[in-house]
Amino acid sequence: MIKIPNNKTPIKEQDPKERIHNFGEVVLGYTLEEAVAEANRCLQCVNQPCVAGCPVNIDIPGFILALRNRDLPKSTQILKSYNNLPAVCGRVCPQESQCEGRCTVGKMKDHEPVAIGKLERFVADWEANQGIVNIPEIPSQKLGRVAIIGAGPAGLTAAADLAKMGYEVKIFEALHAAGGVLMYGIPEFRLPKSIVEREVNFIKSLGVEIDTDSIAGRSVTISELKNEFDAIFIGTGAGTPSFMNIPGTNLNGVYSASEFLTRINLMHAYKFPESDTPVRLGKHVVVVGAGNVAMDASRSALRLGAESVKIVYRRSEEEMPARIEEYHHAIEEGIEFHWLTNPIEYIGDDKGNLTAVKCIKMKLGEPDASGRRRPIPIDGSEFIIEADMAIEAIGQTSNKVLLSAFPELKLTPHGYIEADPETGQTSVEGVFAGGDIVTGAATVILAMGAGKKSAKAIDEYIKSKKAVL
Amino acid sequence: MFEITSKEKIATKEYEIWVKAPKVASHAKPGQFVVIRTSLNGERIPLTIADFNVEKGEIRLIFQAVGKTTYEMATMKVGDALQDVAGPLGHPSEIKKYGTVMMIGGGVGIAAILPILKELKRAGNKVITILGGRSADLVILKDECEKFSDELLVTTDDGSMGMKGVVTDGMKEIVKRGEKIDQAWSIGPTVMMKFSAYTAKELGIPIFVSLNPIMVDGTGMCGACRVTVGKNIRFACVDGPEFDGYEVNWDELMNRLRQYKDQEKISLENYMARVGDLSWL
Repeated sequence: MIKIPNNKTPIKEQDPKERIHNFGEVVLGYTLEEAVAEANRCLQCVNQPCVAGCPVNIDIPGFILALRNRDLPKSTQILKSYNNLPAVCGRVCPQESQCEGRCTVGKMKDHEPVAIGKLERFVADWEANQGIVNIPEIPSQKLGRVAIIGAGPAGLTAAADLAKMGYEVKIFEALHAAGGVLMYGIPEFRLPKSIVEREVNFIKSLGVEIDTDSIAGRSVTISELKNEFDAIFIGTGAGTPSFMNIPGTNLNGVYSASEFLTRINLMHAYKFPESDTPVRLGKHVVVVGAGNVAMDASRSALRLGAESVKIVYRRSEEEMPARIEEYHHAIEEGIEFHWLTNPIEYIGDDKGNLTAVKCIKMKLGEPDASGRRRPIPIDGSEFIIEADMAIEAIGQTSNKVLLSAFPELKLTPHGYIEADPETGQTSVEGVFAGGDIVTGAATVILAMGAGKKSAKAIDEYIKSKKAVL
Repeated sequence: MFEITSKEKIATKEYEIWVKAPKVASHAKPGQFVVIRTSLNGERIPLTIADFNVEKGEIRLIFQAVGKTTYEMATMKVGDALQDVAGPLGHPSEIKKYGTVMMIGGGVGIAAILPILKELKRAGNKVITILGGRSADLVILKDECEKFSDELLVTTDDGSMGMKGVVTDGMKEIVKRGEKIDQAWSIGPTVMMKFSAYTAKELGIPIFVSLNPIMVDGTGMCGACRVTVGKNIRFACVDGPEFDGYEVNWDELMNRLRQYKDQEKISLENYMARVGDLSWL
């Protein structure tokens, strides 16, 4: 039996000391030889647990086998038949809880799983670097017209799949750029915007029209969409930031992570004044929360020149929701973690500028509804962290701009759209929804999975409706 | 791209432009705004929709050159285009028959008050308008406002037009002579809205104000524009822009408006160094 190396093939990364001064990508990627070496770690096992762990069920052993055989066109073709945004997913999926979390190699004693994410990224980047992207043949006769609201991961995926099936697809995007959270949320150092643009251009090359600056419910009404299209898919995301609502929230220097990251990523505030949009340059920064958004915000603050960045989280390391790779990168870069700590007040000066964050120590009690142990404040444990900037990354809720213009749409008690998890069918005929606007803030790949399921359901819906006519 | 179809200087550093934006024009209502960007490197800034023409598919924007973006807009010519125009955003004004309404406008805020007073007049209200400015040349759109007002009063700081004083003096004057006001609106510089809200409260007049905090997306996605109204944090972009003037935390809003003062200055200075003399604006 061939011995499988215990560890993943190491991947080149920017040195932490260097990278905290730039927004360039942290992970630099495999060479072909490294990728083939890593592909050789795959057992090609028959039960393929990785495939079941993937929300879009990519034929992972298939694309890895083609890569191992150095047949990169075939590897690309397999990957892209399942996933319209492989270069993105390879970079931002939480592989440790999906494909890699189920990998048979990873279950072997002292073995790390196959670096599936890194291989996916390698194959996608290889294709892009060829300069010629293979565009699948699109049926010329159109089966119908579909409106997609929101050009984020769910909407782009649904659009691409429907276009490939032969539908005329138009995406309505409120912002000036397509990509959704991939553009405004995830920083350049983790997901270069040129890659998002490349993937968006691929989707456009399938014939999908993307109408930016177009706010469904405002610049185009729901009834106009219903008249003009055979079906509607809503993928507007969970775009409204939550605040803790503690005293001092409106002091200057207190941000939602959404605002901080939008200024940096979508508006390129890190290039100010070359770019017109400014962002505060905090010296001592406190970031609240320990999810991916908190990691992105803290590492961005560091890159803007902060002297210290502290993450405060009311639970412990064990409950931390961030992707493990980002957590490791954050530690390497010098982000400080204060577990079991919760802010209770922002303190400011007479000009309304933040000067300190008052926190309280927490302990963990019995498990709550989420199954995680509930954090409880410890009386008398209050303390002060000096800070001129605080960023709350405690989650998002549904955006009401579209929902308030569409009162017929049934919502869940939490304010998200009620939709069939298998099809995305909403309470309104011909209207489908998927991604964060249905599930609440989740991952890029889950949103893409929902977009895929809805594309299939929309195809069936339109065909059955046209068959009756 | 959104083409500028006409441009006119209406006061020192104040301009009006009509911009081709058919989807905005066909859905706009008084009280709403758009978010614009001049170029690919541009900042997203909110501007009130001063008027719209559905047939032509155009909207009217009125602005004062105060920062880099508005200076850049002031130098744009007919035929040039804005990179982005997104809207209409925010809740429209609540148009109905109140009885007698007092419409207070100051500076470029007059452009925002105009579409609302027009609609209130159409809805059968008696419209009393107060326009304020530092001097006569800064009282813009006076004739247009007059057309839709039953009465129009001008106040100027230097007395160069109308009554010498500020808009709150005009408010008191009208109430003193026995006019019963059912609802007021005040739109203009934040400090003017603050004091007109205080005066309205003293006089027992309900008042709407249209807030102008810093925004990024304008669609409720970032919270840059949050204001305290009563005890609650509200987003001016999606919960407003109009709020009950009694309830707004004005000092907080003014602090928040100063957040990027230093960077705004750098941005404008760099722009001026690049384009040269702009004293003609």
